[in-house]
Amino acid sequence: MKLFELARADDSGQAIAAGAKATTAQQGADIRFIAGGTNLVDYMKLNVETPKKLVDINHLPYDKIEVLPDGGLSIGAVVRNSDLAYHPIVRKNYAVLSEALLSGASPQLRNMATTAGNLLQRTRCMYFRDTAMPCNKREPGSGCAAITGVNRSLAILGTSEHCIASNPSDMNVAMAALEATIHIRGTKGEHSVPIGDFHLLPGNTPHRETVLEPGDLITHVTLPPPAPGSRSLYLKLRDRASFEFALASAAVVVTVAGGKITRARVALGGVGTKPWRSPEAEAELTGQSATPAVFQKAAAAALRDAKPQSQNGFKVELAKRCLAHALKLVTQTA
Amino acid sequence: MSDQGKTPEDPKAEAHSGSEFGRTTRRTFLSRLGMVGLLASAGPIGSTLGEQSHTDPAQSPDLENTVPVTLRVNGKKYDVRIDPRTTLLDCLREHLHLTGSKKGCDHGQCGACTLHINGRRVNSCLCLAAMYQGDEITTIEGLGHPENLHPMQEAFVSHDAYQCGYCTSGQIMSAVALLNEPCGPEEAEVKEFMSGNICRCGAYQNIVAAVQSVRQTTSKEKPA
Repeated sequence: MKLFELARADDSGQAIAAGAKATTAQQGADIRFIAGGTNLVDYMKLNVETPKKLVDINHLPYDKIEVLPDGGLSIGAVVRNSDLAYHPIVRKNYAVLSEALLSGASPQLRNMATTAGNLLQRTRCMYFRDTAMPCNKREPGSGCAAITGVNRSLAILGTSEHCIASNPSDMNVAMAALEATIHIRGTKGEHSVPIGDFHLLPGNTPHRETVLEPGDLITHVTLPPPAPGSRSLYLKLRDRASFEFALASAAVVVTVAGGKITRARVALGGVGTKPWRSPEAEAELTGQSATPAVFQKAAAAALRDAKPQSQNGFKVELAKRCLAHALKLVTQTA
Repeated sequence: MSDQGKTPEDPKAEAHSGSEFGRTTRRTFLSRLGMVGLLASAGPIGSTLGEQSHTDPAQSPDLENTVPVTLRVNGKKYDVRIDPRTTLLDCLREHLHLTGSKKGCDHGQCGACTLHINGRRVNSCLCLAAMYQGDEITTIEGLGHPENLHPMQEAFVSHDAYQCGYCTSGQIMSAVALLNEPCGPEEAEVKEFMSGNICRCGAYQNIVAAVQSVRQTTSKEKPA
C-alpha cells in the first residue's frame, strides 16, 4: 500500500474542499473519500487505488434513513448496507433493495459497506485487480487483457472494445429498478442525478465510471414512493449459494391489475458494465398478461443487444432465464 | 531473553508477562522456542537476530509518517503511534500484541480477522486503525477467559467446532454477533449468516451445531 495522509471531515464543506483538490473524479483519484473502506482498502492493498489523501466521511450526518413527505425514502450516504437491508420500511416497501443488499458480500462486510460506497463499488475483473496486467480502466491506454483472456464472469451488455468489466454491485441493480436519485453536494452547490445517468458506459474512457467531478460528495439517495400495488424481487444466480458475485441477476418491480401488467421496472446485474436497466423488457411487459410466454419475450428483448465474449456466452441464456424466473416469482399470487 | 525461565506456574512471571491473561501463550512459547533454537545453533548470527528482535521499529515514537492513535480495546485504552496504513488487525496483532484476531486472506474474504466494533462484527483487515478512535473494539480476548469462557467459546469446545483452530476466533466473533442479528431459526439461515467465515478444515457441521446449541439455550432462558 502506498503511503497516504488520513484526514477526518467534520462537515461536508471540509470534505468537498479537500476532494476538490483532486485532479480527477472520485474513483482512482489521488484524493478519496473513505467510509466503510471495504472496496477501497482492498484495492489500496493491491495498489490498484493509490490515493495520496483519504478523507474520512464517517462522521458526516448522512447516516439516516427517513421517510419523505411524498412517501418516498431518503437514504444517507454512510448508512450501512445491513442497516438499510433490515430497515422495516425497506423490507416492506422496497423488498427488491433489501434482498439485493442481503445477497451481496457477507454480514461483516455489510456492517461496514455504505450506500454511497456501494454506488462507487469497482469491478472485480481480475485484470483490473492485477497491476501486472494491462487494463484500460486502471491505466488508460494500456489495453484490455480481459477481451482475449479470462472473461467468464465479465459483461455482455454495454461493453466496448476498450473494456468489458462488469459492475459488481447488487444494490445498484435494485436502485436502478427502483429509479433512485443520487444527491450530490459539490463546489458548485447541490444537484441530483437519476441513477440511470450516474454510471457511465466504458466507451473509450473506461477509467471514468460515474458523472462525479472532483469534490463531489454523495450526500444521500432518494427512492420514489412505492408504486401502488407493486411487488418487487431480486433474483441472483452465482457460482456458489452465498458470498459470491452475480453471474446474472434480475431486479423486478411489477404491478399487476385486472390480469394485466400495468407497470414494470426491470434491471439486470452481473451482465452489464453498469447497473443495466432494460426499457426494452419493460415495454414488452406493459399491458400484457403475466404469462411465461410474455416473460420470455421480455427476457429476449433485454438481452437482444448482448455481445458475449469468448467464455461468457452462457450468460445470455442465464440472464434470460434469470429475468423470466424473477418475473414469474414476482407475479405469482400468494 | 530475560524471561526465559518464566513458567505459567510462576505467579511473579504471570504478573509481569504483559499478556492479557498473564499466561504463556502459544505465540510466546513458540517464539521463545525459536529464540532458544537460534541461540543454541547459530552462535554469533543467532545473537544478532536475538538483539534485533528486541527493537520494534513500529513502536518508535519519532518514526516518520506515524500518527498518534488512541484505541479502546476490550475496555482498555491504548495509545500508540502508527503508520496510517496500519489496519486495525495489524495494529492489534503487531502493536498491542493481541494476537487472537487472525490474518487469513487480508482482503475481507475469509473472516479470520472478524471482531466487533460497537457490538457489530466487521473484517478488521479492511479497517484502517486510525479511523476507529473512540469506538468500542472487542476481540476474542475480550469475550471470555480460559477460566470463564463465553457460552459460544464453550459450545465450540464441546462441539469440536474446529480442527486447526486458525479461523476459530473469527468464527466465534461472528457467531456471537449473529445472536443479535435477525437470523432465522433454521440451520440454513445459520449457514448463510456464517458465510463470511471460511474454514479450510471444513468444520462447518460442528460450527453450525455449536451456534445452534447456544441459540437454543439462549432462547430457552429468555422469557417467552
